[in-house]
Amino acid sequence: MDISYIILIPIIPLVVFLLLGIFNQKIKPGISGYVGVFGLLASTTLSFYAAYQYFFVYGKVDGVFQTFSEKTVWMNFTDTLHIDMGILVDPISVMMLVVVSVVSLMVHMYSRGYMKGDEGYTKFFAFLSLFTFSMYGLVLATNLFQIYIFWELVGVSSYLLIGYYYTKTAAIAAAKKAFIVTRFADFGFLIGILIIGFYTGTFDFETLNNPEGSVILNWAATSFMGLSVITWALILIFIGGAGKSAMFPLHIWLPDAMEGPTPVSALIHAATMVVAGVFLVARLFPMFYFVEDGFALNIVAYVGAFSALFAAIIAITQTDIKRVLAFSTMSQLGYMMLALGVSGYEGHEGVGYMASMFHLFTHAMFKALLFLGAGSVIHAVHSNYLKDMGGLRKYMPITNITFLIAALAIAGVPPLAGFWSKDEILVAAFEHNKLIYYVGVFVAGLTAFYMFRIYFGIFWGKERTYDHKPKESPLSMTLPLIVLAFLSVTAGFIPFSEFVTADKAGFEAHLNYPLAAVATGVGLIGIVLAWIFYKNENSLSDRYAKAFGPLYKWASDKFYFDEIYMFVAKKILFKRVSEPIAKFDKKYVDGTMVGIGNKTVLTSKKIKGIQSGKVQDYAFAFIAGVVVLALVFIYLWPN
Amino acid sequence: MDILSLFIVVPVLTILVLVFTRNLKQARLVSVVGSLVQLGMAINLVFAYLKERAINSDIMVFTKDVVWFEQFNIHYTIGVDGISVALLLLTAIVVLAGVFISWKMYDLPKEFFISLIVLSIGVYGFFISIDLFTMFVFFEIAVIPMYLLIGIWGSGPKEYSAMKLTLMLMGASAVLLVGILGIYFNSNADGGALTFNILEIAKANIPFEVQKLFFPLTFIGFAVIGALFPFHTWSPDGHASAPTAVSMLHAGVLMKLGGYGVFRVAMYLLPEGALHWSWIFIILSVIGVVYGAFSAIKQTDLKYINAYSSVSHLGLVLFALLMLNKTAWNGAILQSLSHGFMTALFFALIGMIYSRTHTRDITKLGGLLKVIPFISVIYVIAGLASLGLPGFSGFVAEMNIFVGAFQQEGLFMRIATILSVSVIVITAVYILRVVGIMLMGPIKNESYLTLEKVTWYERFGILLLLIPIVGIGVAPLWLSDMILESLQPFIQGLL
Repeated sequence: MDISYIILIPIIPLVVFLLLGIFNQKIKPGISGYVGVFGLLASTTLSFYAAYQYFFVYGKVDGVFQTFSEKTVWMNFTDTLHIDMGILVDPISVMMLVVVSVVSLMVHMYSRGYMKGDEGYTKFFAFLSLFTFSMYGLVLATNLFQIYIFWELVGVSSYLLIGYYYTKTAAIAAAKKAFIVTRFADFGFLIGILIIGFYTGTFDFETLNNPEGSVILNWAATSFMGLSVITWALILIFIGGAGKSAMFPLHIWLPDAMEGPTPVSALIHAATMVVAGVFLVARLFPMFYFVEDGFALNIVAYVGAFSALFAAIIAITQTDIKRVLAFSTMSQLGYMMLALGVSGYEGHEGVGYMASMFHLFTHAMFKALLFLGAGSVIHAVHSNYLKDMGGLRKYMPITNITFLIAALAIAGVPPLAGFWSKDEILVAAFEHNKLIYYVGVFVAGLTAFYMFRIYFGIFWGKERTYDHKPKESPLSMTLPLIVLAFLSVTAGFIPFSEFVTADKAGFEAHLNYPLAAVATGVGLIGIVLAWIFYKNENSLSDRYAKAFGPLYKWASDKFYFDEIYMFVAKKILFKRVSEPIAKFDKKYVDGTMVGIGNKTVLTSKKIKGIQSGKVQDYAFAFIAGVVVLALVFIYLWPN
Repeated sequence: MDILSLFIVVPVLTILVLVFTRNLKQARLVSVVGSLVQLGMAINLVFAYLKERAINSDIMVFTKDVVWFEQFNIHYTIGVDGISVALLLLTAIVVLAGVFISWKMYDLPKEFFISLIVLSIGVYGFFISIDLFTMFVFFEIAVIPMYLLIGIWGSGPKEYSAMKLTLMLMGASAVLLVGILGIYFNSNADGGALTFNILEIAKANIPFEVQKLFFPLTFIGFAVIGALFPFHTWSPDGHASAPTAVSMLHAGVLMKLGGYGVFRVAMYLLPEGALHWSWIFIILSVIGVVYGAFSAIKQTDLKYINAYSSVSHLGLVLFALLMLNKTAWNGAILQSLSHGFMTALFFALIGMIYSRTHTRDITKLGGLLKVIPFISVIYVIAGLASLGLPGFSGFVAEMNIFVGAFQQEGLFMRIATILSVSVIVITAVYILRVVGIMLMGPIKNESYLTLEKVTWYERFGILLLLIPIVGIGVAPLWLSDMILESLQPFIQGLL
């Protein structure tokens, strides 16, 4: 299969970025929007063409999807270690191309309406293009170092876009926090890469992932503190992934990242960049699975499950709709992680892997839709808070319907997209780890509840007094909503298990009726409870909140993780490390140097009196010297 | 005239012409022309070198040898390898950018430019010397004008800073001279005449006892100017008092003499000494890396932030040199280059911000992105480059250092490596702090609304420095391979 044209997919947004970035001041805003949209349209078309070619025209060879790659050396470290730049085409990278393209295109179109009149309009589109370029590069990466490079670039795009409203203090802090927290995670990632490079002699995915290759077969060659060094590396790499994918306890940046413009939240902090961590684990899945009997993979499963639960609980208590969606994203990412964590490798055993990728795909559609819908609402009422919303279904019919579809999809109501993918995840969990399965089912109920809590809160409930009458958003914004709603309905019918599996061979997936019934039932209970609590304004929710007492308070304060981090950063690192070091440097290190200088001056002052210039002093010294020497020679000199 | 001696002759001629200039306009014109010629020569040298390297496998190419002081066998011996070619290019670019940034140097312009160019002669000469003594002489030529440049054209407590800087560097020179003489008097271990020629000495087997004695002296002697902890304190005060172009040249080029000298002299000529003592200097350099970064977090003066950041970044250079393998060394040289461009760019930008707002205190600045967008955006880019973002030179250098350092086994090395990798986080903290406080946020002072827009010569100076940062970051292969090839002789000494 000829894959050379695929290189154009990332190149086009890069060119758009450079054009818009360099000629920022000279381009009329209207034009920059079109440049962005059409550039991405071209990339999207190519992505779809590539997917069609890969899955249908070329298809499987000997029952397995092939992997293609093209690469060139970018930098040499040693004789064996080097960084390559290139493209790797296999089921998950093709799938990700489609996801990134679709969501990014929708967000580009939507932004033309949402950002209208903003003074940084061109800059905004430039940053979006930069992000899209980086994300394409990330999913197409052929080796660990390449993925790390683009990993950092999506990180900085995220930084720039969160801090887009750069005069707002909260936005600046959020951008900084997002970058530093993920950088901290990347510190682990980088060490992991270094370990892999040193002990295996390669960064290349194809070599690393080969189940019969020397890397996987020889994982036990070196160990450190009872675990294989490769396992350590995988754990460290997973820390990098957990940072990007906002897994507990590195999740604290994601809610704050909602300070960015809403289309950015939809694209970066819901559908694409945050799934990079999931993608990373999937990319290295054979290593995670085979090395040390999946020790590292178990960690992935438990971290994922805990994050899913943790975030869902917090999501119930939040009053800012974007933060609810942010915690929801974290929770769903936890789902994806746990699915990978419980997955096997071959055939139906690998259902977890398939389910994770499937959920990644469907989630991208309906979560982007939820965010864009929320953006449409925020655009209309100029507030993020539930207390300022209510009864909007009359004013915003399209937003209402599409938001409802997305909410049903995430709640796992058949036959919408989320139902299918979530079902597969629960099947995988049920077959491999009962505890995680129960957590998964419980989270499904919570998800339905918090999602319909905000749905009813926004579109039903009591009508507020609005400054000016809310009205439906323009077509540029509603059209993407409609397209994504369509995808949220239909995406579940894609027979994912034939295309994207761990062993690339595909298998026949069947709906597991009892499990599906349980999950759907739990979801419906969640929706009904939300209906009772929030459809009409009543005091029920407040009473229950009171009944839960401190638990409610903790959850709504996000279990104080922000405060803990702040304490460590401000009180310990700033006050107890940084400040003393700065003082130490001034007082002792520099003080010593200055002291040496001063002592020299002082000594010279003291002894300069000897050179008095008076003849009688010199004569005295001369005679005294002679006397002393004479005494020495006469009495002390040995014969 | 040979291709290398021109690097000395052209600036000398520039100075001779400068003597006859009457005002700022003439002085800067002459300086611009002179520096442009230098840059042209440096670029030409890169191509000439690559061409020569293809057919010539000597350690040094374009060599020339003239006896200078026969009695002690001192020669004017010059030659270059991939490392010095790269550093010459760095010097030429930074000097030209420095001249452009000093466009409005109304105070004694003639004298200022003359001092600046004398300094550059020292640097050029240092990088092309193969003779230890000649190298030392050029080293001193580079350091002395600094005293005048800071003492006369500086600001704040300039006399104090100038004195401190000069005394500390002179103290180091004294130690260094002892080291060099020690090497010289043992350079005939295999019989024959004493020599200062580096290539000759490298062939001689200096006894281990001697190496053990003189390695620390030579290393410290050079490393002080490379901001080795705890001998770095001259640098924050020096930078803070120095005028913009001097800070640029100083941090961008002069501090590179340290790493280069350590590598070319201490490590190359005394490899067994290096093996013996490396642990202690690894500890010092790792302390410098982490400590510099943490100190930078607490500073409020832009120049101090940048100075401590330099301590951290250059600590990484010394650390990488001590890692004793080609990958890390390649990283060290790349980091020297990258830091040279980056820090010069930072100081240029700080100078521009200072000349407009008359403060370098970040707590008094705010919202600059709105009022001087070009300078601010470049500041953000420089910041991102400094924190090692891929696509910029810093990333390329740091990754070479980290991968190289990880090749050294043993718990001690691993801990040192992981500690030095941790700066990727700390650096992000202090860079983003400045960006957040100074560039973003609301405008803190009404008077900032009318700040002067960036001028063409400032723009030119900035772009001159930015292009290599991006160029190396995007396409590092040619440069890193050019350096990598030249590292072979160094590794042989260790085997």
